[in-house]
Amino acid sequence: MEQTDGEIIEVINLTKIYYSGTGSDVVELHALNEVNFSIKKGESVSIMGPSGSGKSTAMNMLGCLDSPTSGIYKLSGKDVSKMSSDTLADLRNRTLGFVFQGFNLLPRYNAVENVELPLVYAGVASKERRARAFHSLERVGLSNRAKHRPNQMSGGQQQRVAIARALVGDAPIILADEPTGNLDTKTSHEIMNLLTELNNEGKTVIIVTHEPDIAEYTKRVLHFRDGKLESDERKG
Amino acid sequence: MFETFKTAMLSLLANKSRSMLTMLGVLIGVAAVITMIAVGTGASRQMESIMSGIGSNVIMLMPGSNRQGGIQLGSGSGRQITYADAMAIKNECPSVLEVSPMVSSFTQVVLGNQNWATQTQGVTTGAFSVNVWNIAEGSFFSEADVRGATKVCLLGSTVATNLMGEGNEAGAIGQSIRINKVPFEVVGVLAPKGAQFGNDQDDVVMVPITTAMRRLVRSQIADQVRNVSIQVINADSVTAAMNEVTALMRQRRGTAEGRDDEFTIRNLAQMIESARQSSQVMALLLGAVASVSLLVGGIGIMNIMLVSVTERTREIGIRMAIGARRGDIRFQFLLEAMILSLLGGAIGILSGFGISQAITKFLGWQTEVSIYSIIISAGFSGIVGIFFGFYPAWKASLLRPIDALRAD
Repeated sequence: MEQTDGEIIEVINLTKIYYSGTGSDVVELHALNEVNFSIKKGESVSIMGPSGSGKSTAMNMLGCLDSPTSGIYKLSGKDVSKMSSDTLADLRNRTLGFVFQGFNLLPRYNAVENVELPLVYAGVASKERRARAFHSLERVGLSNRAKHRPNQMSGGQQQRVAIARALVGDAPIILADEPTGNLDTKTSHEIMNLLTELNNEGKTVIIVTHEPDIAEYTKRVLHFRDGKLESDERKG
Repeated sequence: MFETFKTAMLSLLANKSRSMLTMLGVLIGVAAVITMIAVGTGASRQMESIMSGIGSNVIMLMPGSNRQGGIQLGSGSGRQITYADAMAIKNECPSVLEVSPMVSSFTQVVLGNQNWATQTQGVTTGAFSVNVWNIAEGSFFSEADVRGATKVCLLGSTVATNLMGEGNEAGAIGQSIRINKVPFEVVGVLAPKGAQFGNDQDDVVMVPITTAMRRLVRSQIADQVRNVSIQVINADSVTAAMNEVTALMRQRRGTAEGRDDEFTIRNLAQMIESARQSSQVMALLLGAVASVSLLVGGIGIMNIMLVSVTERTREIGIRMAIGARRGDIRFQFLLEAMILSLLGGAIGILSGFGISQAITKFLGWQTEVSIYSIIISAGFSGIVGIFFGFYPAWKASLLRPIDALRAD
């Protein structure tokens, strides 16, 4: 499988159907309906749309957290739907870095322990792990908070720890699901500046948001509505 | 591996009281196993030492109790047994292999400037085989010594050590010692047998029974003996031997039909066997309690682990999102269950040790915590952890990342 023309993500006829109800009353909900798009290495992309548009479902598919009902999702040219759960776990570990709306840090771990967790599952030795985690915290400007626990930090700081965690494994793709949803405007812009910097350093950054001024930070915006890709805008 | 262990400890410490209560079931089970085996081993050790002390297939003939006007007098109040009775039993009862009549007296033994208070037993050569004595130095005295009532003696190892000093027991051979002022020549030192019921069996001096009767023991009748140990030809003939001895004794004394025996016959092997069986029943009961407790403890661990998986669904989701494989999640929860049960097992082993010591101290039962019981308990608690921890761990690992992440 050759990687074609730097396209790191390729989605073909991606469909996700949720079923609710039982017996003859089963209701089909097409969260995603035959969606097609591709993303090149180093792009920055916003996925927008009202709630229920399918943008979060799309994000979960891209992050290998959920599997599609039908269609093909190629990550670095490889079809994800044919992969085992262990291979998917390794993809999440090495290729994808997640940033969530609710930060999703482990409350009993301090900042540096949270950041090094992906390296634990990658089997990196303890010393190197600690060094890389510190380095990653430095990158997001939080080296002075390394021993703080999540509940001792502000929302912006927690989100930066989460970004450091997404960076620590050198994943080429950063997936951010409403990364500023729980933050005030000023902090939101700090976080977006950080993500933009990372994009400038070569990371592929994909952000789900419903705020137009957040989407402003990315060079490309995908609009979803009713499970379908409505528009695909590129700037400059 | 170490990281997973740290993670497991962290989450167990986060719920200290819950973790401890969960361990309690396994703890009690393991403590019961340890105590049970300690009591059982101690009992069988005691049996063994008694068995080796009296030899196999031995019955004991003692003077019985006498009845005077409806008042039952104590043991020894009945007619005395004589040396002639013992010889008759040996010669006339076909199921009897050997007899060992015995007289005894508490005596002061003097050698040079050393002296020692001990029991002096008058025995025949039959005592050596019936009561399983071995010689350490010198030799036993002979039939001729018994017939001739010579003044020779054998020293128990405790007596030899006290008279001659540690390591110099052999030096007693050929020396002349005074037993209640009567001089005796030491011909042998007995091999040590150890203690039985807390009595030092080696604290003894043995002389020919005829000599003892003449020189050391004062009795009502000339050839009265304290008791007779009777060795039966084989284990199947014990009952036959008891019947033969009873019939012979009644006949010799002319006891009328329907009157009580004025002697007592005890089958020691039988008594020991029944004691051993009752200690086995005891061990079996404790074993049942222990296995029920381990089962309940294991179910408790499974229950708590299921709660823990539910509570920590989101944590599982986060770990999966950053790259934990199913095996990692499964191993993490399995390890937590195993730590719970192994820690419970370890504390249980210590408690079992303490309880055994307490039983020895307060009930006076001999106990012995065996290395086997510790290995078995540790193994069992590990197995309980794996067995009852597996289902919750497996359930956790099957969560889909997206569902786990969405949990509250």
